[in-house]
Amino acid sequence: MANVTINPAEAAISAEHLVRRFGNFTAVNDVSFRVEKGQIFGFLGPNGSGKTTVIKMLTGLLPLSGGSALVEGLDVRTDSESVRERIGYMSQNFSLYYDLTVAENLQFYGRIYSLERARLKRRIDEIVQLNGLAPYLNRLAAQLSGGWKQRLALGCAMLHEPTLLFLDEPTAGIDPVARRQLWDLLFELSGHGITFFVTTHYMDEAERCSHVAYIYYGKLIADGTPNSLRELPDVQPQGTLRVEITTPEVTRALRFARHLPGIRSATIFGQSIHALIEDHFNLADLRNQLLKNGIAVTEIRPLAPSLEDVFVELTYKHQAMLETARA
Amino acid sequence: MRNFFRGFGAVFYKEVLHVRRDPATLFFSLVIPLLQMVVLGFGIDTNIRQVNTVVYNADGRRESRELIDRLKNSDTFHIWRYVGNDQDLNDAIIAGKARVGIKVPVDYSDRLLHDMSAQVLVLIDGSDSSVACQAINVTTAIGLDESLRRILQDRSTFAVDIRPKLLFNPDSRSPNFLLPGLTAILLLNVTTFLTAFSIVREKERGTLEQLFVTPVRPMGLLLGKLLPYLVIGFSELCLILSFMRFVFQVPIHGSVLLLAFLSLPYLFVSLSIGILVSSKANTQSEAIQLAFLTFLPSIFFSGYIFPRETMPTVFYVISYFIPASYYINITRGIILRGAGIAHLWIDGLALFAIGTLLLVIAARRFQNKVIMA
Repeated sequence: MANVTINPAEAAISAEHLVRRFGNFTAVNDVSFRVEKGQIFGFLGPNGSGKTTVIKMLTGLLPLSGGSALVEGLDVRTDSESVRERIGYMSQNFSLYYDLTVAENLQFYGRIYSLERARLKRRIDEIVQLNGLAPYLNRLAAQLSGGWKQRLALGCAMLHEPTLLFLDEPTAGIDPVARRQLWDLLFELSGHGITFFVTTHYMDEAERCSHVAYIYYGKLIADGTPNSLRELPDVQPQGTLRVEITTPEVTRALRFARHLPGIRSATIFGQSIHALIEDHFNLADLRNQLLKNGIAVTEIRPLAPSLEDVFVELTYKHQAMLETARA
Repeated sequence: MRNFFRGFGAVFYKEVLHVRRDPATLFFSLVIPLLQMVVLGFGIDTNIRQVNTVVYNADGRRESRELIDRLKNSDTFHIWRYVGNDQDLNDAIIAGKARVGIKVPVDYSDRLLHDMSAQVLVLIDGSDSSVACQAINVTTAIGLDESLRRILQDRSTFAVDIRPKLLFNPDSRSPNFLLPGLTAILLLNVTTFLTAFSIVREKERGTLEQLFVTPVRPMGLLLGKLLPYLVIGFSELCLILSFMRFVFQVPIHGSVLLLAFLSLPYLFVSLSIGILVSSKANTQSEAIQLAFLTFLPSIFFSGYIFPRETMPTVFYVISYFIPASYYINITRGIILRGAGIAHLWIDGLALFAIGTLLLVIAARRFQNKVIMA
């Protein structure tokens, strides 16, 4: 692909063979990826799999045990202070000063980045307008609801006009409306060329990212656009078909389906079962087999894998690999 | 250099906002030390006087009564009760009702009249060494005095006449001795807690982590946090000194300006201790415990209560590493003895050196332990 010839300086982030060890424990194990400018890069993985560690390494908070990383073209190992000038960071606990007002919080972060007076004033006006904070300027940060705290925190992280923003679980504990509004805002900003590196546990958020990477116990096991991940051979092996079986008796159907020859895997999704079946398997046959065993079937239809399917498949496969390696 | 202290102005501005937003904390941190001062200043008297004493006067004649009057007039003894037998005398001491028991034997006056040696038994409760010591000294001195006068009659003066003169604190008032030392402990207390809390609160809130992703430098952050509390600590010092001078009437013999000037390095030290505490503690309750750990040596090994010179060598050496030792030397020197910069510059320099060292250690700990955690 043409990717290989692209100058790494043009990427927002270019991480090569990142390693981070804590004593004997390897938290991040040979992780490489690229984030292009203007992307919304979703970084996913179970808790404790190394997401926050990677962010800390990329923001210059943690030294690398191995590998290298260029952030906005700057080496994080030697130039972390310049890196910090160019990036913004919002952690999941919205690091605001609760006893200061909204305006004072903005003022403070502006001064930290040593913006001159005129520019600070202009930036605060812009942020207030963009995030709709105007009615709350003189309110203490403690009195804001979760969604507004998050907007303020985002505003504080953007004051110095960073070209790259790290958002560590920005929507944890936020109501669905505020979540939707935040993502609308991210799309708008990314339209202006700002790059986002976002960690999340929400699959609907992952689907909205322009690029997704999945880290599992320190190893990067998937990296691509949501659509390209759906077509990975591990997720959708040759000669298989993904179907959705809608039934009022999901648990019984699942127990039964798992023992049918020709069904590779099956998982419950709400009122239905997502199953990976071999494509010689006739859908009408499947329905008959279920009915014969007294399981009512509302509908069986082919299904494109969701990102959740993708990560579940990849996790299973990786777990199996880890176990064989151990044995 | 500008870069090294980056973020100082912003952090300073923000700390001032925190303090202004929470006047109650400020008020209490300023007033509680004054209350402690009142309690200690009025409540503690290191002079031993009016020790409860039980007397069994088996003689009861004029000579024996004169002896007891002399003991009473020494101000050291307060006759708690007269008893009529040895058993009651012993019981009063064992029960803790009296610290001293005096028994004048039945033949006291007779032996004196016949120019024979008369014995008086003095029982002393040794469980408090300073009380016991004072009781021994005073009773022996009165016995000696009584004997000499009987030998000399009214004939002449003593051959050797020792005239002790107490310098600096002629009335040997306890507040004069205690309060200059207490100043050191109170300042340490207030400033250490304020700085430690202001940083640990940011750890708990997660804002510290946020600050570390900005271009702010550890030194800029720490000094920005330190300076507002230096101002508060200095106001506290002014309050304490005015209280000491005008409520407790402790005269300040030296220069108040010099005292203020030499207090700056001490405040700097206690603020640095606060920062060091906060680099270790992750919660406010941890901070309280760690801070207390630093107060105890300051109270016991600094010479505030027990003179440093009488400590066992190990503790005497330790006392050189305790900032309060130097500062107590400074406060007592200026307030009580009217000492000047020529006498005290070494103490000031030592404090400044310790403060700088602590701040550098704290900044490094922040770099390595807090940021990289």
